[in-house]
Amino acid sequence: MIRAQIGLAALFLLLIIFPLFAGAYALSVATLILYFAYTGQAWNVMMGFAGQLSLGHSLYVGVGAYAAGAIFFHYGIGPWAGLWVAILLCVALGMAIGFLAFRFGISGVYFALLTIAFAEFTRIGFDHLDWVGGPGGMFLRVAQRDTWDIANFRGPPLMYYYVILALVSFAFVLCHFLLKSKAGYYWQAIRENEEAAQALGINTFRWKVYAVALSSAMTAVAGVFFAFYYNNLFPEQIFNISRSIEIILGPIIGGLGTLFGPILGAAVLTLLSEGITELIAALGWEIPGVKQVFYGVVLLAVVMFLPHGIWPALARRLKLNA
Amino acid sequence: MLEVKNISKAFRGLRAVRDASFTVPEGDINGLIGPNGAGKTTIFNVIAGVYPPDSGEIFFCGKRIDRLRPDQVCAAGVGRTFQIVKPFAGLSVLDNVIVGALHRERGVASARAHAVSILEKLRLGSKRDLPASSLTLPDRKRLEVARALATRPRLLLLDEVMAGLRPTECDEMVEVFRSLNRSEGLAILLIEHVMRAVMALAKHIGVLHHGEVIARGTPAEVVRNPAVLECYLGEETQV
Repeated sequence: MIRAQIGLAALFLLLIIFPLFAGAYALSVATLILYFAYTGQAWNVMMGFAGQLSLGHSLYVGVGAYAAGAIFFHYGIGPWAGLWVAILLCVALGMAIGFLAFRFGISGVYFALLTIAFAEFTRIGFDHLDWVGGPGGMFLRVAQRDTWDIANFRGPPLMYYYVILALVSFAFVLCHFLLKSKAGYYWQAIRENEEAAQALGINTFRWKVYAVALSSAMTAVAGVFFAFYYNNLFPEQIFNISRSIEIILGPIIGGLGTLFGPILGAAVLTLLSEGITELIAALGWEIPGVKQVFYGVVLLAVVMFLPHGIWPALARRLKLNA
Repeated sequence: MLEVKNISKAFRGLRAVRDASFTVPEGDINGLIGPNGAGKTTIFNVIAGVYPPDSGEIFFCGKRIDRLRPDQVCAAGVGRTFQIVKPFAGLSVLDNVIVGALHRERGVASARAHAVSILEKLRLGSKRDLPASSLTLPDRKRLEVARALATRPRLLLLDEVMAGLRPTECDEMVEVFRSLNRSEGLAILLIEHVMRAVMALAKHIGVLHHGEVIARGTPAEVVRNPAVLECYLGEETQV
């Protein structure tokens, strides 16, 4: 326990001072890792804790990004206000999907299909929404890149790095306490055996909706970050199912339902994928889709050799109980 | 305390329970026996709210509980175990019981304390940190009981918890239920094939055959009832 805490504190300090000796490229990779760590943590609340498989989390990223982005684009209001609109919209959407599914007893793969369906028709809807640019996309003004404009969330890459680091840290602490709380026990009970959970007095419908609501709220925040970090939004990209898959790979590779799994998974996948991009460039190959094939192979290897993910195995090896 | 009135339940063409009525008085231990497929577990599931009865009514402490969801039945004070055990396999033994204890306890800390005391009672104390998936079947049955007890029920529905236990383990379990019944006034309705346990525990027994209650009475009366002997125990059985 103590060793785990020391390790965690050391990692956190390392991440804080990391920009001091990192170049622009390393910083962008680290930001990407943390972004996927955060979205993975958000998804993990729903699937890892409560056992509800969502394959449509790009829906919440997209709606969150478009909500805060559009408010900034049209009215010049910074994301600190837009954030709440994004969260509200995503929670409403998540709860609506959860309500529909859980009320009519849709679960497992059928629930996953429903989440895909919602992401897909939201994508098509946004293609026809001229207010946010339709299929041509929406572009946020990129003004200063050298000063920290916290109010409008505009600034150098360093600012985004620290914001996403703060989000990951916040999510980690939140999940840590959730797992030790009544909610954590109830969600895990539902994940392990819903019928038994209900027999022990748990209103499983309500607690599953809570899980979806929290997960979608957290993902909405990632969407806002995405909008202001990348500054361009296209329905075709942001709502794409491959985006949802990207979100879930980290926690699955790292360790479903664990606190550290999503972070480790995001780091492993992003570093390997960047590594292979470099390698391919160095070798001079120009084969489209190599990255995807590579993702598939890693996923296959982990599922075969470490079915519970990398983190549980690593934690055992390091004798950590976190 | 528990009043089951003219319950019927059919699955498609199969009439699993027909017009069954019985009561469990306050603080009593009652048994429900019958051959396989007689409808015992169906009755349990109807009482526990897994599915509503096609007709009939169920009252618990004067409150109507048919048509309630399982979690509401639990909240009303009825705990249950599953014949086919359903542990939270990925959680530790202690965490399994904490989930149940959280139903009435304020916080996780007091739920943990309550869960620990129940595990001690059921002799699972030394195994509390093991994952539930590593338990043997008799221990899983004990875990079912521990988890249900943790919700502080006033009536406990036990679905074949003695099956697979050795005679000495069975006697231990009987003793646990007796002491809970004595000290806390816990009422129990048990489905059981292990006659050793039923005879030792139950004050009254109902016999179910093809979904119908064919006999009721004290254990001694029931085992001498010719109809019961014929349909259930077999003609030449002596108990």
